[in-house]
Amino acid sequence: MPGVQGFMYPNEVELQWSILIVLYPYITGLVAGAFILASLERVFNVQAVRPTYRLALLTALAFLLVAPLPLQLHLGHPERSFEMYLTPHRTSAMAMFGFVYMWYLMVVLLVEIWLDYRRELVLAARAAGGVRRWFYRALTLGSDNISPASLAIDDRVGRIVTIVGIPSAFMLHGYVGFIFGSIKANPWWSTPMMPIVFLFSAIVSGIAMVMVLYVVLTWWRKTPIDMRCLDTVAKYLLYAFLVDFALEMLDLVHRIYEADESFRALDFMVHTKLFLSQIVLQLIVGTGLPILLLALTQIVEFAPRTRIRIYLAAGGLTLVGIFAMRWNVVIGGQLFSKSFLGYTTYKLAFATREGLLPAILLMMLPFGILAVLLRILPPWQRSTAGAP
Amino acid sequence: MKSFRDAAHLIRLAVLFAAGLLVFSVARAALVPKDFGTLGHYRAGAIDDVRAKPIAYAGQKACAECHLDVVDLRAQARHKGIACESCHGPLATHAADPGQMTPARPEARPLCVHCHAANTGKSTRYPIVDVTDHAGDDTCITCHKPHNPKLS
Amino acid sequence: MDTSRRDFLMLGTKMFVMTSAAAAAFEHVLAGAPEAASAYHAAGHWWAMVIDIEKCIGSGHCVRACKLENHVVDEPFYFRTWVERYHVDPLDMDHPAVDSPDGGIDGFPETYPDGRTTGKTFFVPKMCNHCADSPCTQVCPVGATFRTNDGVVLIDKDYCLGCRYCVQACPYGCRYIDPRTRTADKCTLCYHRLTKGLQPACCETCPTGARQIADLKNPDDPIHAFLRSHQIQVLKPQMATGAKVYYSGLDGSVR
Repeated sequence: MPGVQGFMYPNEVELQWSILIVLYPYITGLVAGAFILASLERVFNVQAVRPTYRLALLTALAFLLVAPLPLQLHLGHPERSFEMYLTPHRTSAMAMFGFVYMWYLMVVLLVEIWLDYRRELVLAARAAGGVRRWFYRALTLGSDNISPASLAIDDRVGRIVTIVGIPSAFMLHGYVGFIFGSIKANPWWSTPMMPIVFLFSAIVSGIAMVMVLYVVLTWWRKTPIDMRCLDTVAKYLLYAFLVDFALEMLDLVHRIYEADESFRALDFMVHTKLFLSQIVLQLIVGTGLPILLLALTQIVEFAPRTRIRIYLAAGGLTLVGIFAMRWNVVIGGQLFSKSFLGYTTYKLAFATREGLLPAILLMMLPFGILAVLLRILPPWQRSTAGAP
Repeated sequence: MKSFRDAAHLIRLAVLFAAGLLVFSVARAALVPKDFGTLGHYRAGAIDDVRAKPIAYAGQKACAECHLDVVDLRAQARHKGIACESCHGPLATHAADPGQMTPARPEARPLCVHCHAANTGKSTRYPIVDVTDHAGDDTCITCHKPHNPKLS
Repeated sequence: MDTSRRDFLMLGTKMFVMTSAAAAAFEHVLAGAPEAASAYHAAGHWWAMVIDIEKCIGSGHCVRACKLENHVVDEPFYFRTWVERYHVDPLDMDHPAVDSPDGGIDGFPETYPDGRTTGKTFFVPKMCNHCADSPCTQVCPVGATFRTNDGVVLIDKDYCLGCRYCVQACPYGCRYIDPRTRTADKCTLCYHRLTKGLQPACCETCPTGARQIADLKNPDDPIHAFLRSHQIQVLKPQMATGAKVYYSGLDGSVR
């Protein structure tokens, strides 16, 4: 059989979950991470990162809206996907996730964004004319009240929403980790650490994404970068990365030490089929190098311009590395046989329903949506003092 | 009253959510299949769907209804434990209406070797041969009758 | 405590409703069927399969019969049941050489290409184990796969989304996605035959009687005598799936 080494159960030769299912945890991870960055300011009062607050929320929203799309493309019957809401099977992590997603989108993210932007929406409704006026009026739900008292209520409620949002964001991506981690049939996936590793790598990717976007957008707008903000974001990225790295190393060391029945097969797979994506892309290029770069900026005093370049490089490498991590989990988990006697190959097509082309397009889409959101809900025009 | 007016937009939001939940509940009542959940977390009609699948193999008893002569012949022979359809293939359509479908004779050699070609995994408790040594290119039924294969 | 009393009432009600509903449903369905005289009551059966490794000669008739009975897709190849050939070398018993050419549908080639002669060779038919604690039904997000009251795990082709979670969750590799319906598919234990008093196609056509369907609730079933005289193993017992395909003579090297 082409592409098969050793023995695989006949039904295992073809992979079940494709690059689209790699995209899905990547995208939801970016959402959770961006939100955690936003909550740093809102809940933990890290004032320095305030300039990224609204950008982080909008980034989270843009990616969250795209998140279901790879799943829909992957399903054999996407027209039946609503069944997950009608008859959710309570023992299925996937079914429960549908509700976690809905909760997070509706009750956390949209409400928080709405509360934070409500004043601007009302002002925009008053100032605009024609269709735009009705559009903004709809977004304000018809309310015209932006008195200081109402804004104070918004602020208090918004804070509660963010506080609720933090465990919700944890659940959003922790659940995705659990979807994999609870599969006892697959030893590459089955570990209680999976939700935690997923979550921390999500935080890392989300912070990196917002950091990169902040630099790029500020450059594009030709406004000065708030270095205190950027330095603080980079610092939190480093902290999150160190925790993530420690967790992944713990998992690795534990596997090597216990060396259970699956170990030899998995070890062989990592050294051969997953060498490029795991050792090179995820560990060296995507984790080791960014951590080194970020740590370097903490030890050596670089000029702001140099720091920005280092942060961009680190951020970009991080985003590649976390994608590689998702790839290694999803695809890696399907390359070996559950008999531990063989391996197969993932054949990635280009212009098919689950090929590389839709994957690329789906990754570009959130940026398009973000561009629209930045126009409707600009993060930068703020009538309150103290923010760029 | 003043604080109520200032929180009015939140009331609107709550109403919007309530409306959404209502729409969802109505949709759910309309769309969930009526027999879902009666036997377990599944559509009970699914069991009937599986049971309604057509039968392809009639089963040995059906063959015996008409082919008693072969049954008697085989009862004394080495192949008596093998169902008719194991070699002759699925014959439910033939059993239902014998005139309408006359089964083709299976080709002997490719069929016989499934069981009788020597293979380290096979038991030696029944005859296995290296087929080329034993029969060259000939078909097995040149010498052996499938219903009574032992050469006496 | 409020919760446990409520739970108890719910469970009791569910059991009562389910049992009477099952009985009523099957009576109703069988009203027009030819075998209506002996109506099928699911609650009276608990299906299992016995596979005697010593009897299997790797003929592949079961694989072929299953494909023909259940119209399993031929190309690309997927199998509801298949046969594996194991070769265990005494010097490396942890790593048997396994092959399954086309699932064993045309039997197995006569000898190994490298002409190895040491060690032992045997055949292992595989299929869905119709687990009592099935991990595949646990993960289905919508309830499209389920275990019936008589112990058979089935798939609802009209409800399945094709998400493939169940395929990932099965430790035995017995599930696949049928490319024609884009839903999950697997061995149904020939449920459409069982409920009409026939045996599964694989058991019908096995030339040596290595595969035997068993009804554990039937006191006259030969499995009871078989269990007393043989030692039984299941595949991957450490997974605690409650697998109901009972192997006799299953070597420890079988994966």
